[in-house]
Amino acid sequence: MATPTGTETASVIEGGFKQPVQLDEHIIEIVSDSGEGAQKCGQTFGSISGKMGNGVWTVEIIPAEIQPPARSPAGASGIRIRLGCRYMTNMGDEADLAVAFNEQVLYSRIANGAYKEGTIVLLENKWATDPQEEIREAYATAVGEFRNNGLIVHELPMEEECLKLTSNPRKGKNMFALGMLAQIYARDVDKCLAEIAQTFSRKGDKVIQANQDLFNAGCAFAAEQIEYHFRVPPYTTDMSKPTIITSGNQAVGLGVMAAGMELVSMYPITPATSASHYVAEVFQNVGGFIHQAEDEIAAISFAIGASYAGKTACTITSGPGVALKTEMIGLAVMAEIPLVIVDVQRGGPATGLPTKVEQADLLSAIYGAPGDAPKVVIAAATIEECLHFVILARKLAEAFRTPVILLTDANLATGVQPYPRPQIKEEWFTAPVDRSAWDEHVPPYDWDPETGLSPRPIPGQRNGEYVLTGLSHTRRSKVAYDSDTNQVTHKMRSRKLAALLKTLKPPKVHGDDEGDLLVVGWGSTMGAIEEAIDHLREDGKRVSYLHLRFLSPLEPGLKEIFSRFKKVMTVEINYSDDLKDPLIDEESRRYAQLAILLRAKTLVDVDCWSVVYGHPLQPGMIYKVISDRLKKQNN
Amino acid sequence: MFGLKADWSLEVFERYFTLGNYAGGEARWCPGCGDLGVLNTVHRVMRDAQMLPEKSVVVSGIGCSSRLPHYVGTYGLHGLHGRALPLANGVKSRRPDLDVWVGTGDGDCFSIGAGHWIHAVRYNMDMVVLIFDNGIYGLTKKQTSPTTPIGASTNTHPTGAFLPPLNPLTITLGITNVSFVAQVPDWNPPLLYETIKAAHQHKGTGFVRILQRCPVFSPDFCKPYQENPEQMLLLTHENGIPMDPGVKRLFPEHQEHDPQNWVEAMELARDQVKLPVGLLYYDPDAAVYNDQSAQGLDTTNEEKLTALNAALDRFAI
Ligand SMILES: Cc1ncc(C[n+]2csc(CCOP(=O)(O)OP(=O)(O)O)c2C)c(N)n1
Ligand code: SF4
Ligand SMILES: [Mg+2]
Repeated sequence: MATPTGTETASVIEGGFKQPVQLDEHIIEIVSDSGEGAQKCGQTFGSISGKMGNGVWTVEIIPAEIQPPARSPAGASGIRIRLGCRYMTNMGDEADLAVAFNEQVLYSRIANGAYKEGTIVLLENKWATDPQEEIREAYATAVGEFRNNGLIVHELPMEEECLKLTSNPRKGKNMFALGMLAQIYARDVDKCLAEIAQTFSRKGDKVIQANQDLFNAGCAFAAEQIEYHFRVPPYTTDMSKPTIITSGNQAVGLGVMAAGMELVSMYPITPATSASHYVAEVFQNVGGFIHQAEDEIAAISFAIGASYAGKTACTITSGPGVALKTEMIGLAVMAEIPLVIVDVQRGGPATGLPTKVEQADLLSAIYGAPGDAPKVVIAAATIEECLHFVILARKLAEAFRTPVILLTDANLATGVQPYPRPQIKEEWFTAPVDRSAWDEHVPPYDWDPETGLSPRPIPGQRNGEYVLTGLSHTRRSKVAYDSDTNQVTHKMRSRKLAALLKTLKPPKVHGDDEGDLLVVGWGSTMGAIEEAIDHLREDGKRVSYLHLRFLSPLEPGLKEIFSRFKKVMTVEINYSDDLKDPLIDEESRRYAQLAILLRAKTLVDVDCWSVVYGHPLQPGMIYKVISDRLKKQNN
Repeated sequence: MFGLKADWSLEVFERYFTLGNYAGGEARWCPGCGDLGVLNTVHRVMRDAQMLPEKSVVVSGIGCSSRLPHYVGTYGLHGLHGRALPLANGVKSRRPDLDVWVGTGDGDCFSIGAGHWIHAVRYNMDMVVLIFDNGIYGLTKKQTSPTTPIGASTNTHPTGAFLPPLNPLTITLGITNVSFVAQVPDWNPPLLYETIKAAHQHKGTGFVRILQRCPVFSPDFCKPYQENPEQMLLLTHENGIPMDPGVKRLFPEHQEHDPQNWVEAMELARDQVKLPVGLLYYDPDAAVYNDQSAQGLDTTNEEKLTALNAALDRFAI
């Protein structure tokens, strides 16, 4: 997408201005072989920029293999930082500037469409003089190709400069690069030095000093050798409002603690694991315990056991883990045990794309259980919501005596963003149950006939003794196979979702309340879709966006909202058939997952556009797709 | 004992529990089913220990034997097939004040729940684990279980089970951090009582394999031992299961066995000719996972708030 920012950048390069250039936003990538600290460099840069009042979105570039060979396209490891003078909600389109420690890793980024004509590349030049002829040749070829493709390549002796300070530049080059970027983008040097001190605080003063020296050297080098001076002004001058900057998985971990979870029971699975890593690091400070179970089934069983015994519990996993937990989720539905299940979605099916984003667990989250198993399913749209929705999930689980599945995804999990620091309220984390005696006249499932809701006895409460069972059971939790009991208890469990729905307000439309096209989405794609919609609206297009956070039950009022648009379509990261493909017609076409739900719910002919490229949707891409649809629609 | 405090307070007196307090729904097992004897014994052990009914939880999986919680008047958790142990571990994890009992069948524990079996023994959480081993899938009507004897005819192997049966004792003994392994037939009530009581008093996972009669689907599983008690070897020791001379008399074969002698326990467990009965192994010092998992229970809201704010501080900009 050609944004005004893009053209401005290009003019800088052509002119080689020394004057600082004011920008609305800039996208920076740092790419290297894995183990060269590119991610640490980018995270530090991102959090300094956040501290300076910029909108920031950071996302890691993860190599396809665990131990990729050095200097290979498959090994591209690194980070992207999108920096702006407004709140950032997604990773954006092509990068404006890249720092690369070797030329090969750039190939995979180029293949991913990460760069455009005019992208500035600051490239390590030591390969030009490598003792091995093949490497020298490969380097020369690549630089030629990059230039032919319109990249502005600057070959820089980063390693040589670092060698003046350290014998192991592989470990220090990242801080040198940070210094260069700090100079180019006029970052506050004191803040940078403090951030470096914090990053290496565990490693002692010597290491901190060494890294600060490298940083200073990077600054000095850039000041002398690099012509670019970019200024991305802050979007908030009000830095008094407390702000935190976290990844989505750290936000989940904070949410787990703020929600008063006493137990996290998990089995490692990418991309969910880092949430548990964070919890494991700090959980004991709030008195919590993390249990690494022998498998996902054991993990959820353990959590259900704890919840049955009156302790707030959750399990954190990804799609394949949810699949294994399915039978137990059914038990929690049947026996009405509150439980929070966080599903950090990845690409599927089977082992799929473990580190990549997808939104394809929606239907299995809602329907993937034997029998009718109504449960609450919600999805976080932002990193901030990753935190708050765990708290919401716990409240819903307890109030509605049900498991709640919270969907996030790999994009949110690894994205890093500043957001308002939550003002923790004691009610969020207070333990749920009192231990006083239970009224013996009240059965363990005292369903309110209208709402299906009922209070829950907890072991330890006198006169509340009952046997939880996954078999069909009466109000007294007695096994009952008769037809009426089964019919009525299904009603009671289902009714709870209706009761929850009645408490929800219709979602707000982003843009006008009526128009030619309404785009509907859910989860982490919100930021990118809204950005695209905003551009389209600036172009005069009559298009709006509707974002859904409650997927089960679906938010109210949808049919009415849809009726005000000529056409409705979803945009999602999951697979759907393309009508242009062989054999695919209205009859054979398989729709995207939210589209299936909406079509069934509203009987509106909801269209969809969805892809499974394994990366987050980018605003430019969505802009193009929707423009095309509008063109077709208006013809 | 008997729930009496030294001050003889009325409250305590009022809360003397009889067998009736531990009775649940009417047991629906077949006449002659070994589960009935185990149930009565559980009631008696609970009564004699005066366990608070509201603080006891009986957890099970799925199977005939897993109906156990429905027949006990305490709290109960009748879970899913194979998952009794992780459910029970979860119950105990943050509620060490609860007295946790597990009832599980040979299919439930040794087949579908086999992974959990290994890990639960290693976690060694403080609970009683009763395995109702009838050498068959009872509830689903006579399919081969891991402990079905070779050649026994079942509905899934009508011409006889192919494989030698799995030995639950050697496996359990082989698990690191195992702390209590006993074996007992259901048809000897005094020995059953003493064995379950010892498992209950043990701090850690008291693993009791019960040879359980299923006259309907696997009558031949226990019959050899019922008819020829000399095929069993009674393990005696001052640190073993207490037993009076009357019980000993019923077992022609005895052996003095120190339950802290793991090597000898393994040898006894491997013996396919004489089935060891009594306490095979006991380690009072094995690590107990709920000592770890229950840490932090006394954290106050104030401390939590402080810790939460400290956690947020780390991300503050
Ligand atoms: C996931 C699942 N698979 C299979 C079953 C069917 N099933 C119920 S009980 C059982 C076997 C029970 O055998 P065992 O554990 O030995 O208990 P017993 O009935 O002999 O006491 C089976 C296969 C089930 N309930 N759930
Ligand atoms: S089938 Fe066997 S195990 Fe099941 S209740 Fe009847 S006798 Fe007992
Ligand atoms: Mg059995």
